[in-house]
Amino acid sequence: MQVTSSVRKPLITGGKTVHDVTEDICKQVEGKPGKLWLMAFGISAVTLAIGLIAVVMTLWEGIGMWGLNKTVGWAWDITNFVWWVGIGHAGTLISAVLLLFRQKWRMAINRAAEAMTIFAVICAAQFPILHMGRPWLGAYWALPLPNTFGSLWVNFNSPLLWDVFAISTYFSVSLVFWYLGLVPDFATIRDRASGIRKVIYGALSLGWDGAARTWSRYESVSLILAGLATPLVLSVHTIVSFDFATSVIPGWHTTIFPPYFVAGAIFSGFAMVLTLMLVTRQVFKLHDYITIEHIELMNIVIIVTGSIVGIAYITEFFIAWYSGVPAEQYAFYNRMQGPYWWAYWSMMTCNVISPHLFWIKKIRTSIAATFILSIIVNIGMWFERFVIIVTSLHRDYLPSSWAMFYPTIYDVGVYLFTFGLFFSAFFLFAKFFPVINMAEVKSIIKSSSESIEEKTAES
Amino acid sequence: MKENQKTYWKGVEQLKNDPNFIAKNESEFPEYLPMNEQGGDTNSRRDFLKLMGFGIAAASLAACEAPVRKAIPYLNKPVDVDPSVPNYYASTYVNGGDGVSVVVKTREGRPIKIEGNKKSNITRGGTSAQVEASVLSLYDKERLTGPLKSGAEVDWETVDGDITNALTRIAAAGGQIRIVSNTVLSPTTRKAVGDFVEKYPTTQHISYDAISHYGMLEANRKTFGEAMIPSYDFSQAKTIVSVAADFLGSWISPIEFSKQYAQTRKIHAEHREMSRHYQFESNLSLTGANADYRSPIKPTQTGGVVAAIYNMIASKAGQSKVTASQLGDVAHVTAAANELWANKGKSLMVAGSNDPDIQVLVNGINAMLGNYGTTLSTERPLHFRQGNDQAYKTFVDELNGGKIDAVFFFNCNPVYNSPLSAQLVSGMKKAKLSVSTSDRMDETAELVTYIAPDHHFLEQWNDAELKTGHISLIQPTIAPIFSTRQAPESFLKWAGANIEYYTYLQNHWRENYFTQQDAISDFQMFWDKSLYDGLFETEGNNKSYNFNFDAIADAARNVAQNYKKSDNSVELAIYQKGAIGDGSMANNPWLQEMSDPISKATWDNYVTMSMAMANEMGITMNEEVGTQTVNLTVNGATVEVPVLVQPGQAEGTIGLALGYGRTKAGKVADGIGVNAYPFLTRLNGATIFEVMGGVSLEATGNTYRIAQTQTHQTYMGRENVIQEATLGEYKKDTKAGRVYPEIYKDGKFYKPSEITLWGGHEYSNHHWAMTIDMNSCTGCSACTIACQAENNVPVVGKEEVLNRREMAWIRIDRYYSAANPAGNKKELEQAAANPEVTFQPMMCQHCNNAPCETVCPVAATTHSTEGLNQMTYNRCIGTRYCANNCPYKVRRFNWFKYHDNKQFDKNSSMNNDLGKMVLNPDVTVRARGVMEKCTMCVQRIQAGKLAAKRENRRPVDGEINVACASSCPSDALVFGDLNDPNSRISLQLQIKERENGEKATDRVVKEDRAYHVLEELNVSPNVWYMTKIRNKDKESTEA
Repeated sequence: MQVTSSVRKPLITGGKTVHDVTEDICKQVEGKPGKLWLMAFGISAVTLAIGLIAVVMTLWEGIGMWGLNKTVGWAWDITNFVWWVGIGHAGTLISAVLLLFRQKWRMAINRAAEAMTIFAVICAAQFPILHMGRPWLGAYWALPLPNTFGSLWVNFNSPLLWDVFAISTYFSVSLVFWYLGLVPDFATIRDRASGIRKVIYGALSLGWDGAARTWSRYESVSLILAGLATPLVLSVHTIVSFDFATSVIPGWHTTIFPPYFVAGAIFSGFAMVLTLMLVTRQVFKLHDYITIEHIELMNIVIIVTGSIVGIAYITEFFIAWYSGVPAEQYAFYNRMQGPYWWAYWSMMTCNVISPHLFWIKKIRTSIAATFILSIIVNIGMWFERFVIIVTSLHRDYLPSSWAMFYPTIYDVGVYLFTFGLFFSAFFLFAKFFPVINMAEVKSIIKSSSESIEEKTAES
Repeated sequence: MKENQKTYWKGVEQLKNDPNFIAKNESEFPEYLPMNEQGGDTNSRRDFLKLMGFGIAAASLAACEAPVRKAIPYLNKPVDVDPSVPNYYASTYVNGGDGVSVVVKTREGRPIKIEGNKKSNITRGGTSAQVEASVLSLYDKERLTGPLKSGAEVDWETVDGDITNALTRIAAAGGQIRIVSNTVLSPTTRKAVGDFVEKYPTTQHISYDAISHYGMLEANRKTFGEAMIPSYDFSQAKTIVSVAADFLGSWISPIEFSKQYAQTRKIHAEHREMSRHYQFESNLSLTGANADYRSPIKPTQTGGVVAAIYNMIASKAGQSKVTASQLGDVAHVTAAANELWANKGKSLMVAGSNDPDIQVLVNGINAMLGNYGTTLSTERPLHFRQGNDQAYKTFVDELNGGKIDAVFFFNCNPVYNSPLSAQLVSGMKKAKLSVSTSDRMDETAELVTYIAPDHHFLEQWNDAELKTGHISLIQPTIAPIFSTRQAPESFLKWAGANIEYYTYLQNHWRENYFTQQDAISDFQMFWDKSLYDGLFETEGNNKSYNFNFDAIADAARNVAQNYKKSDNSVELAIYQKGAIGDGSMANNPWLQEMSDPISKATWDNYVTMSMAMANEMGITMNEEVGTQTVNLTVNGATVEVPVLVQPGQAEGTIGLALGYGRTKAGKVADGIGVNAYPFLTRLNGATIFEVMGGVSLEATGNTYRIAQTQTHQTYMGRENVIQEATLGEYKKDTKAGRVYPEIYKDGKFYKPSEITLWGGHEYSNHHWAMTIDMNSCTGCSACTIACQAENNVPVVGKEEVLNRREMAWIRIDRYYSAANPAGNKKELEQAAANPEVTFQPMMCQHCNNAPCETVCPVAATTHSTEGLNQMTYNRCIGTRYCANNCPYKVRRFNWFKYHDNKQFDKNSSMNNDLGKMVLNPDVTVRARGVMEKCTMCVQRIQAGKLAAKRENRRPVDGEINVACASSCPSDALVFGDLNDPNSRISLQLQIKERENGEKATDRVVKEDRAYHVLEELNVSPNVWYMTKIRNKDKESTEA
């Protein structure tokens, strides 16, 4: 057994035993839904329903319901898409990359983070479909399906097609990885349940028997999937950034985009994980599993990725000036000084300045401050995508075509729809699935729980 | 199944309603399931399934049934009408006092497109936006479908009977009869009206024009002894001075003048000369936008400018000077006068004023310059706009005095478009008989007793004498759609002559024109030839005129008195827009949505105002909140009208367009803008378009949004977009103004095309391309309507234009620039007070390395083997990535379903059965959610290639032409095949003959003026622009 140095802070507090872990986590699944949960889920479901009206109207009447125009062909749709995909990065990073790096602190949060990834990617996937003029055809024409039209095939040069592959691969790998981790925990719940619940969780646990051989296979598969998922963390947002980087539009045509987008994605993903974890921790009273230590570590990741993003912004500016291309220079001048200056400066404030507050220990160990900043970061990241997409498009090469973009209520509605979808799914998950990976947490209870620490201190 | 609504009796019992029968009848085809009745329970399940199966099958079959459309095949195919093969007929567009020789394209018996008639030596194949759009007016749902009596539909017999009886009664009692019309261009119609007058001798024919040129007629009467408008030849002029004459946009014969003017603006290495054009005006007109030097003046200064030029010329010519009022500081007056004199006999002075005195002075200037006989000709005077304001005024007074018993409004709408509208309305009630021949229930027709609607010009036989001895024929291209009747035929009928107008027309031609030629001896052959050509020319006017200088002194005295420069008062200059014109075609949605060449506004009428005046009034205009309205008071009448800040507007003046504020034109036009006709004033008996006093403005604070297609006015100093130079620079170096972008790599500078990832295309058969000469493009926008008609481009309405979603495939980008370089980016964005103007037609550039093609995920936009960027609508899924990645922003997305959609009912060519007849069957009506853009009229290319192939030959240059280029009155657009070394475009670009295996991107263009917009991107367009050259002296650009 691996022994953790006593210098390190315990990952689980409150003197939890293995049985406590089972009890604490299964309690949420087995008990009646609490008032707080019902309220939260109710609000999410209502948001989903309201958003659905906007979705239906868009599908019925056309994309004209949104605020797009001849000059700005993408705005909230692709902003939201990139934003959600970015958020979807943290889950895989936490579960796969941190697994490979043997960061045990991830164990308390990886389940929820992965679930968040799945739901964020589902939300993200709404936009490429919804933003199409003819989604009823585009939804499958964008796939390289064999057809009777001979040479009629998708265009492999198009970054949008690469997106299709990148997102679908990422989604399927994340889903499998997440589900695999759930299997032992489903078995735990199954073993405690009776009646119809036993049948359902029994089916979900895929006949898990807890044998040593099963555990061994489980761990090998986890490792293999982690290995497969790790490059995806980098590839998905790299490919999303190609949508812009391979174009000819000033402000889009930038080679820095892949690393810049990946860092931004992890940045926003961690922020979203924090937002959700802090809520879950409070609602389900998981203070002993998700400790201040966890929060602090995640805040450090936010400082690092936030700094990368900040440097990327500055580099972009420098290169625009250095390139000597007037259109490029104007695009960046226009971001700062043009009609969308407020979006740019919101982005700069939220993404570049706010994470640096975490250098102060008091702030990065404060629950309230972390919660607020995690939301601010995601607001900033939304503005980052809005700035890149809208301010680049609205004033490109020919001043005759310069135009403004004003969102309509349907732009807002479709965004709300994904919020509703995300939170409804997340709350359903939180209620019916174990929000913390019991099996993994139990594996570290001996090595890094508080009670062990006390014992070693005594001896 | 459901078509048959008849009731068939099953027998006498049913008719009697026998109760026994009813009971049995009900069980014959019961609506409930009869399962249990047929032998108990055993079969019920099977029966149920059978019935359900049948039911489902029947329901699905019924659902599959295609709706029955009323398509009736030809039982006997008419000669020359072949499905999908267009026929072309020469005809003439006539509207009020305007006429243009055209060729009408018909498909399956319906006219769908109007082109210019190249055989006409007036317009030489050019058209205007109004001419192009007139085909849609034929299919206007608001047209009357038959004669009306007091608003109720009646038959022609009733109308004819009533009118003839009334006329006989009135004539017997010696009552006065008046026929009121706009200028009647048709000699045959004038003859028919003459017959009417002969029958009822108390009749007088009064003609007036909404856009009066009576002042010119009067001036020529005074100086030449005959009221006429001479022919102009701008092509001969080296110096053109125009005082508020918008001769490229709306003045007398703009298509003709554009053709002539453009000839003087065409330059190339072997011909480094062009005309110099001075413009003095209040509003920034299309003509002013093309001028080399433009001086903003107030309307009260027009007299001063003309008089000053007169005196300067007079002193050089040794004539006596005239009295002139104080002019004040107006730039370029002396230079203009000097150059006029320097180019004596090769210069031209024109003025837009309708004041006879000003026109007398202008005639005097041209006479002193010896321009009559060169740039001006009295041999074939123009026949447009012959209306007599004095006679019309007399008529209105008489009508009001109750002296007139019968009045006929012959294709005119004076209640709307004459300044004496109020008097006319009250007078009309006093006439015993009032008749209108209007095609719709317009403002005038609404007030008359009888409406005898005339045919549309595309439905009739007629002729039009455009200039003396130049007669253009009108032939029907479709049978009359409604129960209308040609107005001259109506007049003949009411005069008791029962003759078909076609025969009458032929008789007239036999007697008058057939005899004037000896080339053809048989009348039928002469007729057929004239009809084929669309026109016939006789000898011109051989009268010689002596110029009478006596009138000058008087005129000058009046001018000095009437035009006194005022520093404080606001003056109003009323003008016409290129699209709406006098408002007679206001119900045409293509014209309403046409982006105004100068303001880029659609669907609206507004006050144009200088930035300084707007600032003073606290009016701001921006994209987000729009603009504000003002209360405009003109001589006591107040209207609320929005403000458009217009660079180039003279200080202390405002502009307002005619043609808006229609109340009875139809669904499209009603309620748009305000009517400026009531503001017109009178001077020396003529209606004039300048209001020089009694104008006041008051800000209301109400916000308003004007739908503009372009909201950014300058090109931000981007030399990769607009490349321009002055003539002096061009004379020294044909590369003047050109910018050659270079890319730095590994210590060296490369041309963008030398650094490329692209393999390049090879076009072995054809290589279609286009050149656009920014020097001769006047910005008139005829091409935009030609494109709309050819390619079924939808109209989206004001709201959607505000949302920046207009669908135009070709647009004219209009940029303002200051002669002085701007200091920073903010200054670059500001348009100057009196800017230089550049027009840049912009459409799909058909890039060889097209950025749109690589990004489409489903390969819906691809490259053809002939250099075209193709759009496959039915493959498009609408991601809009292509539009985002288009550096020229020429792609248009179908945000909504624009056809068969009540929300877009103003898009009348796609939303009602009548309007749909105008659609070009060769071009798909695009579905919602797909991208579209300029195809370079690929349907025309295919048709041309097919025609050539059938004759086993290559297409001849010029045989295939795109809609925009063929409409262009200034020949600024040239389309052709770069693989044909002798095509106009190859010669123009000086491109070498293609060698085998040579790639499109490697072809070398030797013409120095030709450039690609955004060349540094190396998207390698197949559209070249020619630098804009202004005939300016470098040092005086500051003025």
